[in-house]
Amino acid sequence: MIELTYNRLNPERVTSVVMKDTNGAVVTFLGTTRDHFEGRRVLTLEYEAFEEMAVKKLEQIRGEMQAEFSIEDIAISHRIGAVPIGEVSLVVAVASPHRVAAFQACHKAVDRLKEMVPIWKKEVFEDGFRWVACEDHEFEAPGVAPGSASAD
Amino acid sequence: MELSVRFFALYRERAGSSQICLDLPEESTVADLTDEVRRQFPNLAPPQVRIVVAVNADYAEPETTLREGDDVCLIPPVSGG
Repeated sequence: MIELTYNRLNPERVTSVVMKDTNGAVVTFLGTTRDHFEGRRVLTLEYEAFEEMAVKKLEQIRGEMQAEFSIEDIAISHRIGAVPIGEVSLVVAVASPHRVAAFQACHKAVDRLKEMVPIWKKEVFEDGFRWVACEDHEFEAPGVAPGSASAD
Repeated sequence: MELSVRFFALYRERAGSSQICLDLPEESTVADLTDEVRRQFPNLAPPQVRIVVAVNADYAEPETTLREGDDVCLIPPVSGG
């Protein structure tokens, strides 16, 4: 199962989707919303997705994990929209006959999600906000358009 | 050819728009498109940063040729989870 939802996530429901009697192990990862960034208090997080492509890429990850590891099933549910601090933003549940493959596949699925699924997280502070992972997009002189600053 | 280009997250905010229409010569590539977008929106991304593009909901290389009607989206660095 792959899903994006604006509703609160229910980890037990996502986990139950992959559970079968043939499995000896189920690993469920929860991504939760953290209340700080570099000493600044985060009030809330907002997630935005390019939904059509995000679902397609999550399906791709599901296929990759099933090809690479001896797992039976994997379910990924990602919450989008505003997510209050301390709530669950991501559930990845992996079921396998044996635990090692389940741990490995769950770990790798989360890594892959973070590197290539078009979902964005905005941390909202008391006095501003930041799009996470966009540090390389900061201009050296804030507010100055490239080409408009004098060279020397 | 006319193409619609969608912006998400950081790009949407910097462009002040979630979608624009671009008129590009036939046989234009993804790199041509990002050059034109940078001309119209110089504050979108610093010059040393590569703007990642998805065409029809898949990541596309800079040399990919665009076709009329392609769904083009600009993808800032992702941060799901």
